[in-house]
Amino acid sequence: MKLHEHQAKTIFADAGIPVPDSRLATTVDEALDAVDEIGYPAAIKAQVHVGGRGKAGGIKIATDREEAEQYAEEILGMDLKGYTVDSVLVEAGVDFVDELYVGVTMDRGAGEPVLMVSTEGGVNIEEVAEENPDAIAREHVDPAFGLHPYQARKVVYEAGVDADVALDVASILSTLYDLYEANDASEIEVNPVMITGDRDVVAADAVMNIDEDALFRQPDLAEMAEASYEDDLERKAGEYGFDYVRLSGNVGIIGNGAGLVMTTLDLVDYYGGKPANFLDIGGGAKAERVTKALDMVFSDPNVDSVVFNIFGGITRGDEVAKGINEALAEFDEIPKPVVVRLAGTNAEEGMEILNTDLIEVEETLEAAVQRAVKNAEEVTQ
Amino acid sequence: MSIFVDDDTRVVVQGITGGEGKFHAGQMIEYGTNVVAGAVPGKGGQEVAGVPVYDTVDEAVEEEDADASVVFVPPAFAGDAIFEALDTDLDLAVAITEGIPTQDMAKVNKRLSEVDTRLLGPNCPGIITPGEAKLGILPGNIFADGNVGLVSRSGTLTYQVVDNLTERGIGQTTAIGIGGDPIIGTSFIDALEAFEADSETDAVVMCGEIGGEDEEQAARFIGEHMDTPVAGFIAGRTAPPGKRMGHAGAIVSGSGTGTAQSKIDALNDAGVPVGDTPEEVADHVEDFL
Repeated sequence: MKLHEHQAKTIFADAGIPVPDSRLATTVDEALDAVDEIGYPAAIKAQVHVGGRGKAGGIKIATDREEAEQYAEEILGMDLKGYTVDSVLVEAGVDFVDELYVGVTMDRGAGEPVLMVSTEGGVNIEEVAEENPDAIAREHVDPAFGLHPYQARKVVYEAGVDADVALDVASILSTLYDLYEANDASEIEVNPVMITGDRDVVAADAVMNIDEDALFRQPDLAEMAEASYEDDLERKAGEYGFDYVRLSGNVGIIGNGAGLVMTTLDLVDYYGGKPANFLDIGGGAKAERVTKALDMVFSDPNVDSVVFNIFGGITRGDEVAKGINEALAEFDEIPKPVVVRLAGTNAEEGMEILNTDLIEVEETLEAAVQRAVKNAEEVTQ
Repeated sequence: MSIFVDDDTRVVVQGITGGEGKFHAGQMIEYGTNVVAGAVPGKGGQEVAGVPVYDTVDEAVEEEDADASVVFVPPAFAGDAIFEALDTDLDLAVAITEGIPTQDMAKVNKRLSEVDTRLLGPNCPGIITPGEAKLGILPGNIFADGNVGLVSRSGTLTYQVVDNLTERGIGQTTAIGIGGDPIIGTSFIDALEAFEADSETDAVVMCGEIGGEDEEQAARFIGEHMDTPVAGFIAGRTAPPGKRMGHAGAIVSGSGTGTAQSKIDALNDAGVPVGDTPEEVADHVEDFL
């Protein structure tokens, strides 16, 4: 779960990390009130969950009231990589002489958190990581002991940060690690940390992603969770709690378990079809969930045919069959042809109760996928 | 022969009084697994699925001589439950639970390096040595005793590939789900190493998916250290970059590593044929035998 910059900055400021003075605005008038209070220059920054906002025109620096009005009008309501901007952060401009990158994330390979510092801040750090990995100094943290302050100092010195600000940067990094731990973050970074002519350090941006699996113990953060969906179907999937990704094809895919659903997608592609979506009903799904999954895929106008692929382990075939029957009971005629393949735990019981009047059944994955691809072809012809 | 579990394995089920714990303890027993105890704090003295329940894993080990654990504990408490298993010096702990916070697993991972217990998972279907023991949620009826080892990051994909093998009469020594989370206990390499050392395993199937670099590392291990032939399968060829496909780990960053193609290339370079379909994986295995 991603936090907005203004949310992360509030958390940073509360923890003592220096951030620029700022106000959140949802209208042009609010933005102008904010710049009146803050003064010029002021940054007008789109609050959307996408990277590279600056390059995409979502961040502008206003040097007077006229520019502030113009930029606020431009940015509020703009479409930024598929997301509509409905709020901006109006922030005091920082007169800087240098920019750094600092971050904390989980190194999945090492199974440990890692601190990262680079003097090549202010640019796309992913590009730096790829083209010049040595430009980022790294230090792993033992998750059982937590961070020792010397480690933050060590990585800051290793990165070549100027000596007169190194301890201040290390202090920000230490605080970031504390926040990373306390908030169950999966990633927390500042790009850039700006160094002013007076040799002050300021967190000019703030990225904070939270481990969704840990939200049960982060009630305050869970309240900040703001669904950002690209369309109504993704919104529906969010409400139903499905792992769902919309794709560009026309064969709807429902299955259990990420690996098997991905494999089903791959096979649709392999047999000449185009997947319309990835929908994992998850482990141990009961009948009601199955009904919702079918409802989801049926309500996608791009879907011409559906393949329902269940291999039960913790999921039980009879529960799945019940759900399919309940979903089908709503229709005299199924809106799109459905092929079901049911295997594994209680599959035989499932097959016995499955209402096959309205759907097609195949025994193997390959056959089910091929039939669904053929069904889709027939619709498009 | 088999790796990690056999008919001597004595199992304690952590969380046996919960819905899943109870159902699958029953399924494991029905399969023939030596489930000797349950462990649930506050439920000591009860009996579930015909086995005694203890308040602690320690007690279960002491009273019933358990040497392996299966964890069916909700995510909020599962990290703690795994610690309990590790601190009891069991040979094996199998964590089925999905959705354990990553920072909890980082701490577990650290402790793992200090103990002798092997951890499978979390977010895995478990392990089965057909005809001997099943620890987890795998549907026992699709497996058959034989000479092919299988290791997979995905539960349902494991079932699919095993089904394709068993259908044509190819049985398994042991099948292992290692789990789809970013931080897991036993890795592909750990399992491959054990299969390589097992005299009864004549071929191995390795099922991976997009995200991370474990498959690439496993490919290097196969190229350098394995004589037993390996066939591969990689799920997620059609996954769009940047989108999370279910598993916490199944995301392609778009930076060239972790993609299906980079994993397939690495496996091919190590001499591992990768099937386009699960059926093709079975074809490759058949060619080996």
